[in-house]
Order: sequence, then structure tokens, then C-alpha cells
Amino acid sequence: MAVLTEKAKINPDLKPDRLAVGLGGLASILIIFVLGFLWLRDGQATQVVKAFVAIVWGVSGVAGLYFFANMSAESLPERWMKRVQPFVFVGPAMALLGWYLAIPTLRTFFASLYNQQGEFGLSNYVAVFTERIMVEAWTNNILWMIVGTTLTVSLGLLIAILADRSRFENIAKSLIFMPMAISMVGAGVIWKFVYDRNPDIGLLNAVVQSAGGEPQAWLSLVQPWNNLFLIVVMVWLQTGYAMVLISAAIKGVPDDLLEAARVDGATEVQIFFRIIIPSIAGTLVTVITTVIIFTLKIFDVVMVMTGGQFGTEVIGVRFYREMFTSRNDGYASAIAIVLLLAVVPVMIYNLRQFSKRETF
Amino acid sequence: MASVTFRNIVKRYGDLTVVDNLNIEVADKEFLVLVGPSGCGKSTSLRMLAGLEEISDGEILIGDQVVNNVAPKDRNIAMVFQSYALYPHMTVYDNMAFGLKLRKTPKEVIDRKVKDAAKNLGIEHLLQRRPRQLSGGQRQRVAVGRAIVRDPKVFLMDEPLSNLDAKLRVEARSFISRLHQQLETTFIYVTHDQVEAMTMGTRIAVLNAGRLQQIDTPYNLYHNPHNVFVAGFIGSPAMNFFDARLKSDGESVVVDTGVFQIQIPAHEAAPYRSHVGKEVILGVRPENIHDRRFQPADIEPAPVTANIEVVEQMGSEIVLYLEEGGKTFIARTDPRTHARVGARIDLAIDVANIHIFDRQTELSLAYETKLEAIARRNNN
Repeated sequence: MAVLTEKAKINPDLKPDRLAVGLGGLASILIIFVLGFLWLRDGQATQVVKAFVAIVWGVSGVAGLYFFANMSAESLPERWMKRVQPFVFVGPAMALLGWYLAIPTLRTFFASLYNQQGEFGLSNYVAVFTERIMVEAWTNNILWMIVGTTLTVSLGLLIAILADRSRFENIAKSLIFMPMAISMVGAGVIWKFVYDRNPDIGLLNAVVQSAGGEPQAWLSLVQPWNNLFLIVVMVWLQTGYAMVLISAAIKGVPDDLLEAARVDGATEVQIFFRIIIPSIAGTLVTVITTVIIFTLKIFDVVMVMTGGQFGTEVIGVRFYREMFTSRNDGYASAIAIVLLLAVVPVMIYNLRQFSKRETF
Repeated sequence: MASVTFRNIVKRYGDLTVVDNLNIEVADKEFLVLVGPSGCGKSTSLRMLAGLEEISDGEILIGDQVVNNVAPKDRNIAMVFQSYALYPHMTVYDNMAFGLKLRKTPKEVIDRKVKDAAKNLGIEHLLQRRPRQLSGGQRQRVAVGRAIVRDPKVFLMDEPLSNLDAKLRVEARSFISRLHQQLETTFIYVTHDQVEAMTMGTRIAVLNAGRLQQIDTPYNLYHNPHNVFVAGFIGSPAMNFFDARLKSDGESVVVDTGVFQIQIPAHEAAPYRSHVGKEVILGVRPENIHDRRFQPADIEPAPVTANIEVVEQMGSEIVLYLEEGGKTFIARTDPRTHARVGARIDLAIDVANIHIFDRQTELSLAYETKLEAIARRNNN
């Protein structure tokens, strides 16, 4: 950039010849793009040749786009060049994001304003917040958010701090982290077996029975606790993630600090709360917000284990059912928009934390 | 305020002995410096005193109390760390107040103590800043301030100056010395830098490979090193060493290095007579090798001639790197010396200030004699 700006300073006026070359180049690249596309779609050639051409055509085409767009920008008078040039480089990414992210969001929003009968209005949103099943879903999601996040983060923190002082740190951490490798659906299936009504299959009931208790249908009849049994599955999956990040942060706290505090007169508990926790606060916030977002979007575990029945409905499952079972696009869109609005503030806070820590 | 005693202290990590049978008595209000090359066990010893390392064997006493099993927080010590170890999430004020808050000191008392200490250290205007907004020198002062507000019985400092640049380090040296005089508390200071040790300590303990080599005042360490290690470690540029053999010459003793000979007059030869005919190490400090043209009138000169290999103009003196008969050595000569690389120069070694060590034990042969001489001199 510095080199480009210097060039411009030497010659601050519009350079029509360069602009012409730049725009001409852009136009020809666009034509090549279109022709290339048509040939790749309809042309008669073997797969290998087509693949090779596609690579050359795509990569050099994009490079050419940047090159000629930059050339055009540089030929403008200095004042304009400075305004236009950043967009030459950021612009394509912005355009792609807009295409894949912004436009679908807007279309979802518009879709959410029409109900199943095609009437325009806010009726979908009213339903999202008033329908009995939706109220249940919201309540459950809040339960997921509070209980799930608290358990995940506090267990992760506890294990990280204990492992840090243990000789078996690596083994312990590997064991805790292992469930992360299992898909949500897989975990759902595994735990469905654990909770099975039949003590010959269900581990939990086997334990209960051997302790002299009565086998229970944990996921269906033990309401409202069955929600907690589902949350346990997510905690099992996510504690490893929380632990790994927190553990790395704890290792980043210099030993000197802890020793200084020890000499200053702090007990180990005081050191934990007054030195370690503030030192890893940034990481903790990141982990907490990430897990919160995760719980808000929860879908797979519930879908696999109860399908949202027995009072375990959550927003994610609700959305899926409206969209793909009831074919009620507008209503599903309204759910998606509300969920998005719930996640956005957490995301913004998270991003702010990230940028703050860069300057730390 | 308290004395500190290391009694037969041993520190082992598995089979590795890091500190081997350390015995030191530090008097109340003393400024003791533990000095030695890295890995000599000086920091480990300090950390055992602070309670940050377990003691493998032996006893450490603060005052009359054995503190082996006392937690660091109950030892009433304060420590300044090499990295300063300031709490990054607290302001300077909170950093300094932290120890007092933990002890449930009343708010007004904390406030007064912190502000007094800050005033004393010239960091009043920084109290609301965070450590990362401070320069190295300021951080160092905050670390010291955090130690003083606690009114500890013993101050421990673990290389507190090694993260400062050269100029600040010289300032900080005198600042810490003044602080010691002002606070009248026991200071134990760890460093690898013999200049810091010499300039600050009332006594210096020289450690090497986990063993105490010598503990004495800076003057005595310099003028009467107990063994070859101490002789080579204290002083810069380091002492020159020559392999030599002692010979008898009537009443006097002759040191023969193969390159030159030094005759020790009869009245000084007594401690060396028993080693006549044996292998020894001759030690001569660079400042005791003079240009013969400018040699002081009061020395006992022994003539040597050498080739000049390198000349370093220091302004106040000239450092010469010399060579004779395959043996290289260094001399610090008068600034008027006319020295040219490649030329020969006539030198004079001050016989009164040579050191002779047994080749086997590496111990100074005249240690006791010189000790008595120094004591006599001090009494006069």
C-alpha cells in the first residue's frame, strides 16, 4: 500500500490511459469468466481437462480481477484513489458475505412476515411468543442456557485447575476432552442407551436397580427433570472444550504472580479468586459466551433423544418441525429471526472482548 | 527486623543436589548478597527462605523461630521478584495494598502506609495506573513499594535489577542501598552480577555449584579470596591465573611460571614455605600489573615483559591484552602508557598483591596470614 500511495503522490492527476486499460482489462476478464463458465458447462472435453482449465481459469481470473480493478483505482486522482482502493480489496469479500449471509437473512425476515395463509403482518411473531409449545421451548432454552453453561464452565474450570496440579494432568485432560470428538447425534444415541428404561440396556437404571431402586423412564416420564438429563449430554460434550481453553489460560498466568501472592499472605483459595480468576477473565468470558450461543442453538441432542416430546421442546427443534414437517415457512422464519436476535448481543459482546484483548 | 540462619541446608531434586550443606548466619539489619554464576543455588536458597521451595534437609531460622514448616504468608517476609510479578489486573495502589488487605488491616492504615511508601519512592503520581502503563524502572519501584508497606522482618530480593537497562541499574543500586539504610531491616539480595554484590552488600556470600565458597565483606573477598573460584569470580576484568611451581631461594621463595619468575621476599614467604617444590596456581589481578614507567612508588615490583595483542582505551586507564611464552593475560595500566599492538612492553607485578593457590585443593595458601593482616590494619 505504501508503495502505491507514493506513486500516486508523484502524479496526483487522473491518468485516462491507465484508467482505460484498467477498465478494458476488467471488462475482458468478465467476458472470459462468462465464456469460461459456458464452456465448462456445455463444452466437450474430458473431466481432467475441464478440471485443469477450471483451476487456471478461476485462479487467474480472480487475480486478473484484482489486478485490473487496482489499476483502475490507481489511475484515479489521489483523493479518489484513497477512497476507492480499499474497496477493491475488501469489496469482493463483502459482496460474498452479503450474498451468502445478508441477503438470506433479509429474505428470512420478509418470509417471517407472512403467515401460512399468506397474510402480511406480525402474527408469526405473536405466535412465537404465545403458543404453548413455544413458551415451553423458550423456558427450556433458558434452562439450557443457565444450567448448561454454568455446569459446563464451572466443571471445565474445576477440572482445569485440579489437572494443573496433578501428576496425571495429560491423561485426565485427554479423557475429559475425548467426547469432543463425538458428534452430537452420536452422543445423543450413546446417552439414549444410558437412559434406557430396560436395566439390561440402560446403564443408569442398572445402577439404580443394583442400589435397590426402581428403574425409571428417565427421558419421558421423569418430568421436568428429563431436561436436565439432556443437558448432561451437552455438558459431557462441551466440558472438554471449556477445560482446554481455561487450562491454557491458567498456564499462561506467570508462576511469579502466584508466588508473589503467597508471600504477600494469600491462601490458595484467595489466590484462586483474586489472582487466577481475574487473570483469565478474558478467556472465561469467551468460553461462557461461546457456550451460551451453543445452548441457544441446541438441536441435535434433543432431536435424537426425545424429538422435543415429553416437555423437552427447544427452539431449534421447533424451527425444524415448522420448516420441514409443517411446511410453515413464515413461522419457521420468525423463529429463526428471534433466535438470531437473541444470539447477536452475545456475539457482539464476544467480538468486543476479542478486540479488547488484542490491545491488552 | 530479624536475623536469618541457614543451618546445614540441603536442596535436592531427585538425585540432583542443588544446594549442598549451606550454613549462613545473617545478622539483624545486615545487607547480605548471595552471588554466584547461574545454577549455583542462590535463588533456590532464597526461595527456600521465602517458603516457595521445600527444604530437603537442615533448618532455616528467622529470628529464633525455625520456619521449615511455616507457610510463606506467616513468615513475615517480603520479596521483590526479578520479573517484579506485579498483579496486572490491579492498579499500583491495589498492588501495594494487596498484602495489607489480606491481613485485614484497617482501611485508613492501608491508605496511609501505601501513600507514605509511594511518596518515599517517588511514585505517588502513578498510584491509579496499571502495571502495563509503567516503565521498567517504575515497575521496579512499585515492586519494592509493595514489599515495604508490609513492614516485613526480612526483605528478599531476587535479581531485582536484571531487567533494567545499564543506566537505570546504576541508579537503582544506590536507591536500594539508601532504602536499606533508611529502613534498617535485614536484606537478602540475590544476584549473578559481582558488581552489584560488591557495591551493595555489607557482606557477600559467594556460591558455586550449590556450595558456599566464602562469606565475607566486599573488601575481604576482593583482597583475600579463599579459593580460585572466588578469586576469579570477584573483580572485572577477572584475575589472571598462571600455573606455577614454588622454589626456594635462600630465605625467600620464588614463583616460577615458566614464563617469568616472581621473588617473594623473606618477610612474606612464611605461608608459602611448606609448598616449596609443589605445583601451585599464581593469581594476579589486572590492576596489579603496571607499566614499569608509571609503576607506583610503594609497590614491590617484579619485572615481566610481554607482547601487546589488544589495546582497549578506557580513558581513565588502558586495558592491555598481553601474551608471553604462549600465556595470555590482562593488565590495567596507567592512562599515560604508550601502548602499540605488536610492540613489547616492560611491566611490573606488585608482589604484595599476588595470590597463590594450591593446585590440588585450589585454596589460597596465605588466607590465614592475610586475614590477620587485614584485622591488624582494621584495628589501627
